[in-house]
Amino acid sequence: MTQAIEVRDLTRRFGTFTAVDAISVDVGKGEVFGFLGANGAGKTTAIKMLIGLLEPTGGSARVAGFDVLTQSEDVRRRIGYMSQRFSLYDDLTMRENITLYGGIYGLSDEDIRTRGDELLGGLGMMHTADTLVGTLPLGWKQKLAFSVAMLHRPAVVFLDEPTGGVDPVTRRQFWEMIYAAASRGTTVFVTTHYMDEAEYCDRLSIMVDGRIAAMGTPAALKAEFGVASIDEVFVRLARPSAAAAAGG
Amino acid sequence: MRALRFLLRKEFLQIFRNPALVRMLFLIPVVQLLVLSNAATFEVKRARMFVVDQDGSTMSRGVVDRLAASGRFDPTEASASVERGHDALMRRNVEIIVVIPADFERDVVRERRGAVQFLLNAEDGATAGVTSAYAREILSRYAAEINADLTPTVAQSGVGAERAPQRGQPQVEIRSRGWYNAELDYRYYMVPGILVQLITIVGTLLTAMNIVREKEAGTLDQLNVTPITRGVFIAAKLIPLWTIAMVVLGIGLTVAHVVFGVPIHGPIALIFAAAGLYLIAALGIGLWVSAVTDTQQQAMFVNFSILMVYLLMSGLFTPVSSMPHWAQRVAEFNPMMHFIMLMRNVMLKGAGFADVMRQLVVLATAGVVVLTFAVRQYHKRAD
Repeated sequence: MTQAIEVRDLTRRFGTFTAVDAISVDVGKGEVFGFLGANGAGKTTAIKMLIGLLEPTGGSARVAGFDVLTQSEDVRRRIGYMSQRFSLYDDLTMRENITLYGGIYGLSDEDIRTRGDELLGGLGMMHTADTLVGTLPLGWKQKLAFSVAMLHRPAVVFLDEPTGGVDPVTRRQFWEMIYAAASRGTTVFVTTHYMDEAEYCDRLSIMVDGRIAAMGTPAALKAEFGVASIDEVFVRLARPSAAAAAGG
Repeated sequence: MRALRFLLRKEFLQIFRNPALVRMLFLIPVVQLLVLSNAATFEVKRARMFVVDQDGSTMSRGVVDRLAASGRFDPTEASASVERGHDALMRRNVEIIVVIPADFERDVVRERRGAVQFLLNAEDGATAGVTSAYAREILSRYAAEINADLTPTVAQSGVGAERAPQRGQPQVEIRSRGWYNAELDYRYYMVPGILVQLITIVGTLLTAMNIVREKEAGTLDQLNVTPITRGVFIAAKLIPLWTIAMVVLGIGLTVAHVVFGVPIHGPIALIFAAAGLYLIAALGIGLWVSAVTDTQQQAMFVNFSILMVYLLMSGLFTPVSSMPHWAQRVAEFNPMMHFIMLMRNVMLKGAGFADVMRQLVVLATAGVVVLTFAVRQYHKRAD
């Protein structure tokens, strides 16, 4: 396996509207890849095709070495996914959610218990193991969701705006968790609206109107556009008129 | 299969953590049986009667008295004018007008025939039919009485002994006995059907709502990203709801039997076996609805639209045999109709396994067809 994610000319049209327009991306193993774009640029549509929730109109994609179209079950076993919206069960406890997903991914009872304890201990939430998830603060929920997405040690994890609405301290902790996962060899494919977070990524792509307008390391992108921050790169690409008005 | 165990546990936990749902599941059978079995009846208790007696004779009063004495009719208004009667009928003050024309008694005595007219509000044909049948029955009994009074008894007429004794007209006495529901308790007829309707609503609606709620919450996407197969997911959804519907049926049967005294003459195991088969089709409909809708609101709407046709074509409220031919053909494809028929046969007539074999086969076939169709509609990946 050369790359964790290989995307070639991946396209999705809804009627006459092209949400994702022939994008091509390679993401290396263990890389933290930032997938940026304004609202409606096509990020979520692209992710949904990569994780097998949405049929592509054209192009191809391989994730963790398997074709998302023809080998989707092999892909599903090797990926984790955390959506924009919290999608664990509010009416189950933390422990029950962990057990459910452990069971779904075929972990043994022993593994479910030990990894569950590890997970809760790591999050410092052992005391709330039997609390209904719905009653937890959002930041806790997001960290739990990420940990559950990592429970079966996936090769690639997709995080769709994982830190939306989360306080700065929790965001920092969240990124520490992302780095820890990457250091264990998991490839992280993450979308975000926080440009400071974008700086933490190994490499970035910026999507504009369904296309990838720029791609590279944060340093290379800043150099290419001659600006001091990724924020400015983003504004130039995503909002050219706003950048011009600001005299850029 | 291991995944199925975990998913089943999750479903049961969620169902029992929803107190409103649990309460509803136990209350609905009781409320529906109480309300529907008493309200959904064609029985005519007391019809208000407008009397137009233009004869004013002993005999015309006899007609009114007999009708009133039956307890089925209540003479609430009277007038010599038929027009006034029409007004009362229009204003819904009465259900029936009885018109006895002048010279009624004279005609009966002289010609042995008299005319009485009934005018009924037939907006509801079934009720009007029943009401008029009651009235006719009472009147024909009265006619027989009059006939006997007017005919000289044979014993006294020694004179005409050479002729055949004159006994008025030859009469055939009809004594009918209703089998299976001898007291003609309407509830006996309605309750089995209401039980079917009950588990149909519970089955289809809960299934559709349960799955669509996961769609709305985004938890379905999370499950679809995992390697669990479509079959395991669907089994995990349908098994708990199937179980619940069976429990609801158990509660319903108990209430029907204990509270309403509805008989269960046939084997109870047969009822549950048939319900088990029937529910596969019912849950399949719910599954299909959940596959083609995105929100609980849509699911509710589509579900009720389907259920409405389903119910009306089931023979629950109106007998299938009195539907037009084409509708009867359509109703043949309605598993609910077959299950209602089976329930009535087993509960009221004491039918056994062999008697309802045909319905069982139909229910099993319907289950396989509907479920296959629904499962094919369901995809982990959107087009």
